[in-house]
Amino acid sequence: MPSRQPHLCGNERISVRHLCVEYHGVVAVHDASLHLNAGTICALVGMNGAGKSTLFKALMGFVRPSAGTIAVNGLPLDQARRARAVAYVPQTESVDWNFPVNVHEVVMMGRYGAMNLLRIPRPVDREAVKEALDRVELWHLRDRQIGALSGGQRKRAFLARALAQGASVMLLDEPFNGVDIRTEKLMIELFEQFRREGRTLMISTHDLSHVTSFCDQVVLINKTVLAYGETSSVFTSENLALTFGGLRLEASPTATIDPDPRQAP
Amino acid sequence: MTAVLTWLVEPLQQEFMVRALLVSTLVSCVCGLLSCYMTLKGWALMGDAVSHAVMPGVVIAYALNLPFAVGAFVFGVGSVALIGYIKQMTRIKEDTVIGLVFTGFFALGLTLISKVRSNIDLSHILFGNVLGISSSDILQTVVISLLVLTVLVVLRKDLLLFCFDPTHARSIGLHTGVLHYLLLSMLSLAAVAGLQTVGIILVVAMLVTPGATAYLLTDRFDRMVWLSILSAVISSVAGIYWSYWMDASTAGCIVLVQTLLFLLCFLLAPRHGLLAQRRRSPRASRFPSA
Ligand SMILES: Nc1ncnc2c1ncn2[C@@H]1O[C@H](COP(=O)(O)OP(=O)(O)O)[C@@H](O)[C@H]1O
Ligand SMILES: [Mg+2]
Repeated sequence: MPSRQPHLCGNERISVRHLCVEYHGVVAVHDASLHLNAGTICALVGMNGAGKSTLFKALMGFVRPSAGTIAVNGLPLDQARRARAVAYVPQTESVDWNFPVNVHEVVMMGRYGAMNLLRIPRPVDREAVKEALDRVELWHLRDRQIGALSGGQRKRAFLARALAQGASVMLLDEPFNGVDIRTEKLMIELFEQFRREGRTLMISTHDLSHVTSFCDQVVLINKTVLAYGETSSVFTSENLALTFGGLRLEASPTATIDPDPRQAP
Repeated sequence: MTAVLTWLVEPLQQEFMVRALLVSTLVSCVCGLLSCYMTLKGWALMGDAVSHAVMPGVVIAYALNLPFAVGAFVFGVGSVALIGYIKQMTRIKEDTVIGLVFTGFFALGLTLISKVRSNIDLSHILFGNVLGISSSDILQTVVISLLVLTVLVVLRKDLLLFCFDPTHARSIGLHTGVLHYLLLSMLSLAAVAGLQTVGIILVVAMLVTPGATAYLLTDRFDRMVWLSILSAVISSVAGIYWSYWMDASTAGCIVLVQTLLFLLCFLLAPRHGLLAQRRRSPRASRFPSA
């Protein structure tokens, strides 16, 4: 069912239960569980290598969990993807910046799933793209080749694509990396608008100042979910020490959060 | 004036010239379109590999009296699958695997052709024989070309997205694995079609040069496609005329014209050409960085 606005049936957007992800036998995420409702901005905080990107990839179905279940909008991942319910902006875009496409075409790619097989834009697609480009303030640059944008503008272009996609869940992997202060402000404003529209955002970051300023919820991770909930209650110095004191954590097994081994369904 | 007209018209009185021009124009459209994706995806080496790997398939098909396209397709796709498999199962880098697989297949083809008694002419496979193309070969080439054109036109946007940003393609539910192998299958088929005009050795030029030439001229994909097709068709037609009047190798002439067109664009392209770049930053080009 194509819908530009996120549909509002049921309140739970992301549901992760006892998720484990391994890369060739090496554990990257262990027994992570979390649930996010509509209209939430959730920060995913952890050190480098804590498994933030891995959790996103698992939420996109790009890596196969070794245990646990994930549902988005109450749907299994492949169905959620086909319904274009999830937009994903990776940590580093792996795209070829010299590619012969302009900003408008890139944002239009967000609409592909909603179009017919030939992907010929309809008026509603053009409107969605215009609206998305307006909101990230890139409409005047729509005819630029994508690589001719600055770093911050590129981020905004990909954000516009996620917006044009009409996703109700957005996964943004370190969106503030290498972004100037003006773009950062614009992005945060946008994220707050998204929340008002009932979208659910998960934003990974290691900059703690962002978290208190606009995130409702926080997930602290280091391989497993160390703590999660309302920002005010989770953001204690104790928890932060746990999150960023990874070495000590691994050295003494008693300090780890009890992993409660494999409650696979 | 009349001299030019004679020069253009006289060859058309020969039936084989008309056929050659029509077949190679069609093949140029297919290869020109596909070469845009090859250029953007960086699959030139893959194109070279596939075109060499189809050789044993062609020989076996001729020996068994099957359409050569069938054998070529099986071995083309087979080589691609084998390359993917070896790359996945070992830590050997992709270009090494490609070099390894295609030479193996090519060697098999050479050995077969020297052992299987048949009326295949090795030089026709290696260097093409568009001036002496048979009716059944024309039919096969037309069928292949129409098939590839249809697939590429219908899926052009999906393939474009797959080349540009496979992660996003996956995240909106496109089957990138299917697109990947589909594009490689189209490559195999286009290589088989191109083989008719310029032969195994030079077919990679058909699959790469037009796209690369067009890429220097524009920043828009749609224009790139048209320019690529245009340059491929011009090269084929000019090359065939040239080879007729000079009595030179047809494949050589076609690819030479392609290369000359590329060089021309490399020098003169409005934004990405050498001269334009010099004009923009005379200092930078006087002291080129490593
Ligand atoms: N493709 C991969 N193959 C093997 N190990 C990986 C791969 N991707 C990530 N890892 C490992 O998984 C762990 C988590 O990585 P990642 O999710 O990228 O962390 P973060 O995004 O929090 O920095 C790291 O130890 C990393 O080395
Ligand atoms: Mg990461």
